[in-house]
Amino acid sequence: MKLTHQDFDDVRIVSVVENRIDAACAIQFKDEMRALSDSGPARILLDLGNVEFLDSSGLGAVVAALKAVRNGQHLELAALHPTVQRVFRLTRMDTVFTIHTSVAAAVEGIANAS
Amino acid sequence: MRPEGNLKRQETWEAPPEPKEHMLRLILPATEAAVRRGLASIKHGLSTDHYGPDELASLEIVLAEALNNIVEHAYADRSDGMIEIHLSQTPKGLWCTILDNGQMMPGGEPPLGRRADLNCDIADLPEGGFGWFLIRELAHELEYVRESDHNRLCFRMSIGQMA
Repeated sequence: MKLTHQDFDDVRIVSVVENRIDAACAIQFKDEMRALSDSGPARILLDLGNVEFLDSSGLGAVVAALKAVRNGQHLELAALHPTVQRVFRLTRMDTVFTIHTSVAAAVEGIANAS
Repeated sequence: MRPEGNLKRQETWEAPPEPKEHMLRLILPATEAAVRRGLASIKHGLSTDHYGPDELASLEIVLAEALNNIVEHAYADRSDGMIEIHLSQTPKGLWCTILDNGQMMPGGEPPLGRRADLNCDIADLPEGGFGWFLIRELAHELEYVRESDHNRLCFRMSIGQMA
Protein backbone atom coordinates (compact mmCIF):
# COMPACT_ATOMS: atom_id res chain seq x y z
CA MET A 1 0.00 0.00 0.00
CA LYS A 2 1.57 3.21 -1.13
CA LEU A 3 0.34 6.62 -0.06
CA THR A 4 1.94 9.85 -1.20
CA HIS A 5 1.27 13.28 0.26
CA GLN A 6 1.69 16.90 -0.59
CA ASP A 7 1.40 19.69 1.98
CA PHE A 8 -0.08 23.12 1.36
CA ASP A 9 -0.60 25.88 3.95
CA ASP A 10 -3.42 24.23 5.82
CA VAL A 11 -4.23 21.09 3.92
CA ARG A 12 -2.39 17.82 3.38
CA ILE A 13 -3.43 16.00 0.22
CA VAL A 14 -2.92 12.26 0.60
CA SER A 15 -3.08 10.23 -2.61
CA VAL A 16 -3.55 6.48 -2.81
CA VAL A 17 -1.14 5.21 -5.46
CA GLU A 18 -2.64 1.73 -5.80
CA ASN A 19 -5.88 1.06 -7.64
CA ARG A 20 -7.71 -0.74 -4.85
CA ILE A 21 -8.25 -0.63 -1.10
CA ASP A 22 -9.32 -4.15 -0.20
CA ALA A 23 -8.96 -6.85 2.43
CA ALA A 24 -5.35 -7.47 1.33
CA CYS A 25 -4.19 -3.95 2.18
CA ALA A 26 -6.84 -2.38 4.45
CA ILE A 27 -4.81 -2.62 7.69
CA GLN A 28 -1.72 -1.15 6.06
CA PHE A 29 -3.80 1.67 4.60
CA LYS A 30 -5.31 2.40 8.02
CA ASP A 31 -1.89 2.54 9.72
CA GLU A 32 -0.34 4.75 7.04
CA MET A 33 -3.32 7.11 7.06
CA ARG A 34 -3.08 7.41 10.81
CA ALA A 35 0.60 8.36 10.64
CA LEU A 36 -0.15 10.96 7.95
CA SER A 37 -3.03 12.53 9.90
CA ASP A 38 -1.06 12.51 13.18
CA SER A 39 1.66 14.64 11.61
CA GLY A 40 -0.66 16.64 9.36
CA PRO A 41 -2.43 20.01 9.48
CA ALA A 42 -6.09 20.61 10.40
CA ARG A 43 -7.37 19.49 7.04
CA ILE A 44 -6.58 16.17 5.38
CA LEU A 45 -7.84 15.52 1.88
CA LEU A 46 -7.77 11.90 0.76
CA ASP A 47 -7.46 11.73 -3.02
CA LEU A 48 -9.06 8.47 -4.20
CA GLY A 49 -8.62 9.27 -7.91
CA ASN A 50 -6.55 6.13 -8.54
CA VAL A 51 -8.78 3.80 -6.54
CA GLU A 52 -11.03 1.82 -8.86
CA PHE A 53 -12.28 -0.66 -6.26
CA LEU A 54 -12.97 -0.60 -2.55
CA ASP A 55 -14.51 -3.48 -0.60
CA SER A 56 -16.04 -3.53 2.88
CA SER A 57 -12.59 -3.91 4.48
CA GLY A 58 -11.41 -0.88 2.53
CA LEU A 59 -14.50 1.06 3.56
CA GLY A 60 -13.88 0.09 7.18
CA ALA A 61 -10.30 1.35 6.87
CA VAL A 62 -11.44 4.72 5.49
CA VAL A 63 -13.94 4.98 8.38
CA ALA A 64 -11.13 4.10 10.80
CA ALA A 65 -9.04 6.90 9.26
CA LEU A 66 -11.90 9.33 9.89
CA LYS A 67 -12.16 8.18 13.51
CA ALA A 68 -8.40 8.52 14.00
CA VAL A 69 -8.18 12.26 13.28
CA ARG A 70 -7.38 14.63 16.15
CA ASN A 71 -9.88 16.93 17.74
CA GLY A 72 -10.41 19.82 15.32
CA GLN A 73 -8.85 17.98 12.40
CA HIS A 74 -10.98 17.07 9.37
CA LEU A 75 -10.69 14.25 6.86
CA GLU A 76 -12.37 14.80 3.50
CA LEU A 77 -12.50 12.63 0.39
CA ALA A 78 -12.06 13.53 -3.26
CA ALA A 79 -12.32 11.98 -6.74
CA LEU A 80 -14.31 8.80 -6.08
CA HIS A 81 -14.62 6.35 -8.97
CA PRO A 82 -18.19 5.16 -9.71
CA THR A 83 -17.68 1.75 -8.06
CA VAL A 84 -16.20 3.33 -4.94
CA GLN A 85 -18.96 5.92 -4.85
CA ARG A 86 -21.49 3.10 -5.11
CA VAL A 87 -20.14 1.36 -2.00
CA PHE A 88 -20.31 4.66 -0.10
CA ARG A 89 -23.85 5.31 -1.32
CA LEU A 90 -25.19 1.81 -0.62
CA THR A 91 -23.86 1.86 2.94
CA ARG A 92 -24.89 5.53 3.32
CA MET A 93 -21.32 6.40 4.30
CA ASP A 94 -21.66 9.19 1.73
CA THR A 95 -23.74 10.99 4.40
CA VAL A 96 -20.90 10.77 6.93
CA PHE A 97 -18.01 12.07 4.80
CA THR A 98 -17.47 15.35 3.00
CA ILE A 99 -16.91 14.18 -0.57
CA HIS A 100 -15.53 16.42 -3.33
CA THR A 101 -15.81 15.58 -7.02
CA SER A 102 -12.11 16.31 -7.55
CA VAL A 103 -9.01 17.45 -5.69
CA ALA A 104 -9.14 20.68 -7.66
CA ALA A 105 -12.73 21.32 -6.51
CA ALA A 106 -11.77 20.59 -2.91
CA VAL A 107 -8.84 23.02 -2.80
CA GLU A 108 -10.25 25.67 -5.10
CA GLY A 109 -11.08 28.01 -2.24
CA ILE A 110 -7.53 27.85 -0.91
CA ALA A 111 -5.94 28.38 -4.30
CA ASN A 112 -8.06 31.45 -4.90
CA ALA A 113 -7.44 32.87 -1.44
CA SER A 114 -3.66 32.56 -1.56
CA MET B 1 -11.07 -18.53 -19.61
CA ARG B 2 -9.48 -21.96 -19.17
CA PRO B 3 -11.35 -24.38 -16.88
CA GLU B 4 -9.05 -25.06 -14.00
CA GLY B 5 -8.27 -27.55 -11.36
CA ASN B 6 -9.90 -30.31 -9.49
CA LEU B 7 -13.52 -30.91 -10.28
CA LYS B 8 -14.11 -33.82 -7.92
CA ARG B 9 -16.96 -32.02 -6.25
CA GLN B 10 -18.74 -31.27 -9.47
CA GLU B 11 -21.41 -33.85 -8.74
CA THR B 12 -22.53 -31.77 -5.74
CA TRP B 13 -23.00 -28.72 -7.90
CA GLU B 14 -26.52 -28.50 -9.24
CA ALA B 15 -26.33 -26.87 -12.65
CA PRO B 16 -28.42 -23.73 -13.00
CA PRO B 17 -31.04 -23.98 -15.77
CA GLU B 18 -29.65 -24.17 -19.29
CA PRO B 19 -26.11 -23.03 -18.75
CA LYS B 20 -24.65 -22.19 -22.13
CA GLU B 21 -21.75 -19.99 -23.01
CA HIS B 22 -19.91 -17.74 -20.52
CA MET B 23 -19.25 -20.70 -18.32
CA LEU B 24 -16.39 -20.05 -15.97
CA ARG B 25 -14.78 -22.15 -13.24
CA LEU B 26 -12.00 -21.06 -10.97
CA ILE B 27 -10.21 -22.67 -8.04
CA LEU B 28 -8.03 -20.52 -5.86
CA PRO B 29 -6.18 -20.71 -2.54
CA ALA B 30 -8.03 -19.03 0.33
CA THR B 31 -5.79 -16.00 0.76
CA GLU B 32 -6.56 -12.32 0.34
CA ALA B 33 -3.93 -11.99 -2.38
CA ALA B 34 -5.34 -14.95 -4.34
CA VAL B 35 -8.86 -13.51 -4.03
CA ARG B 36 -7.58 -10.28 -5.52
CA ARG B 37 -6.02 -12.15 -8.44
CA GLY B 38 -9.12 -14.33 -8.84
CA LEU B 39 -11.37 -11.29 -9.11
CA ALA B 40 -9.09 -9.86 -11.78
CA SER B 41 -9.22 -13.18 -13.71
CA ILE B 42 -13.01 -13.29 -13.51
CA LYS B 43 -13.36 -9.71 -14.73
CA HIS B 44 -10.93 -10.49 -17.52
CA GLY B 45 -12.78 -13.71 -18.39
CA LEU B 46 -16.20 -12.08 -18.63
CA SER B 47 -16.40 -10.31 -21.94
CA THR B 48 -17.22 -6.63 -21.81
CA ASP B 49 -19.44 -7.32 -24.84
CA HIS B 50 -21.90 -8.97 -22.48
CA TYR B 51 -21.39 -7.08 -19.23
CA GLY B 52 -21.43 -3.35 -18.66
CA PRO B 53 -19.00 -1.62 -16.27
CA ASP B 54 -21.72 -1.23 -13.61
CA GLU B 55 -22.60 -4.92 -13.90
CA LEU B 56 -18.97 -6.01 -13.51
CA ALA B 57 -18.65 -3.63 -10.55
CA SER B 58 -21.66 -5.19 -8.80
CA LEU B 59 -20.28 -8.67 -9.41
CA GLU B 60 -16.83 -7.73 -8.13
CA ILE B 61 -18.27 -6.20 -4.95
CA VAL B 62 -20.39 -9.27 -4.14
CA LEU B 63 -17.68 -11.82 -5.01
CA ALA B 64 -15.03 -9.86 -3.07
CA GLU B 65 -17.21 -9.86 0.04
CA ALA B 66 -18.21 -13.52 -0.23
CA LEU B 67 -14.65 -14.71 -0.94
CA ASN B 68 -12.97 -12.58 1.72
CA ASN B 69 -15.52 -13.82 4.27
CA ILE B 70 -14.44 -17.38 3.44
CA VAL B 71 -10.75 -16.44 3.86
CA GLU B 72 -11.36 -14.59 7.12
CA HIS B 73 -14.02 -16.76 8.74
CA ALA B 74 -14.56 -20.21 7.18
CA TYR B 75 -10.78 -20.77 6.96
CA ALA B 76 -9.90 -18.61 9.99
CA ASP B 77 -8.04 -21.49 11.63
CA ARG B 78 -6.15 -22.83 8.62
CA SER B 79 -3.99 -21.63 5.77
CA ASP B 80 -4.37 -24.49 3.28
CA GLY B 81 -7.97 -23.76 2.26
CA MET B 82 -9.19 -23.75 -1.32
CA ILE B 83 -12.18 -21.97 -2.82
CA GLU B 84 -14.03 -23.08 -5.94
CA ILE B 85 -16.13 -20.65 -7.97
CA HIS B 86 -18.61 -21.46 -10.74
CA LEU B 87 -20.21 -18.77 -12.85
CA SER B 88 -22.90 -19.47 -15.40
CA GLN B 89 -24.91 -17.07 -17.49
CA THR B 90 -28.62 -17.78 -18.06
CA PRO B 91 -31.42 -15.54 -19.32
CA LYS B 92 -32.20 -14.65 -15.69
CA GLY B 93 -28.70 -13.45 -14.98
CA LEU B 94 -25.32 -14.72 -13.85
CA TRP B 95 -25.52 -17.59 -11.36
CA CYS B 96 -22.62 -17.81 -8.93
CA THR B 97 -21.77 -20.83 -6.81
CA ILE B 98 -18.94 -20.69 -4.27
CA LEU B 99 -17.67 -23.82 -2.53
CA ASP B 100 -15.27 -24.12 0.39
CA ASN B 101 -14.22 -26.78 2.90
CA GLY B 102 -13.99 -24.44 5.85
CA GLN B 103 -16.10 -24.07 8.97
CA MET B 104 -19.86 -23.81 8.77
CA MET B 105 -21.34 -20.33 9.00
CA PRO B 106 -22.39 -19.59 12.59
CA GLY B 107 -25.80 -21.16 13.22
CA GLY B 108 -25.75 -22.65 9.71
CA GLU B 109 -27.17 -19.42 8.29
CA PRO B 110 -25.59 -16.52 6.44
CA PRO B 111 -25.70 -13.23 8.38
CA LEU B 112 -28.74 -11.00 7.83
CA GLY B 113 -26.51 -8.10 6.81
CA ARG B 114 -28.57 -5.25 8.18
CA ARG B 115 -27.62 -1.76 7.15
CA ALA B 116 -25.35 -0.23 9.78
CA ASP B 117 -26.86 2.55 11.89
CA LEU B 118 -24.84 5.70 11.22
CA ASN B 119 -26.82 8.01 13.52
CA CYS B 120 -24.04 8.19 16.05
CA ASP B 121 -20.90 10.11 16.94
CA ILE B 122 -17.99 9.67 14.54
CA ALA B 123 -16.12 7.82 17.30
CA ASP B 124 -18.87 5.18 17.35
CA LEU B 125 -19.11 4.58 13.60
CA PRO B 126 -18.86 0.91 12.62
CA GLU B 127 -15.65 -0.16 10.84
CA GLY B 128 -17.02 -3.52 9.73
CA GLY B 129 -20.18 -5.46 9.09
CA PHE B 130 -20.76 -3.91 5.68
CA GLY B 131 -19.93 -7.05 3.71
CA TRP B 132 -23.11 -9.04 4.12
CA PHE B 133 -25.20 -5.91 3.72
CA LEU B 134 -23.58 -5.34 0.30
CA ILE B 135 -24.02 -8.99 -0.70
CA ARG B 136 -27.71 -8.98 0.20
CA GLU B 137 -28.25 -5.61 -1.43
CA LEU B 138 -26.77 -6.67 -4.79
CA ALA B 139 -27.35 -10.46 -5.04
CA HIS B 140 -30.64 -12.29 -5.57
CA GLU B 141 -31.99 -15.71 -4.53
CA LEU B 142 -29.12 -16.25 -2.15
CA GLU B 143 -28.90 -19.74 -0.74
CA TYR B 144 -26.42 -21.22 1.69
CA VAL B 145 -26.13 -24.95 2.33
CA ARG B 146 -23.78 -26.89 4.55
CA GLU B 147 -23.17 -30.23 2.80
CA SER B 148 -21.19 -32.75 4.85
CA ASP B 149 -17.74 -31.09 5.06
CA HIS B 150 -18.22 -28.12 2.78
CA ASN B 151 -20.13 -24.88 2.35
CA ARG B 152 -22.04 -23.97 -0.78
CA LEU B 153 -23.19 -20.42 -1.38
CA CYS B 154 -25.32 -19.82 -4.45
CA PHE B 155 -26.85 -16.58 -5.73
CA ARG B 156 -27.88 -14.81 -8.89
CA MET B 157 -26.66 -11.46 -10.14
CA SER B 158 -29.10 -9.66 -12.44
CA ILE B 159 -26.42 -8.96 -15.01
CA GLY B 160 -25.48 -10.03 -18.51
CA GLN B 161 -27.70 -10.34 -21.51
CA MET B 162 -31.10 -10.71 -19.95
CA ALA B 163 -33.98 -12.32 -21.85
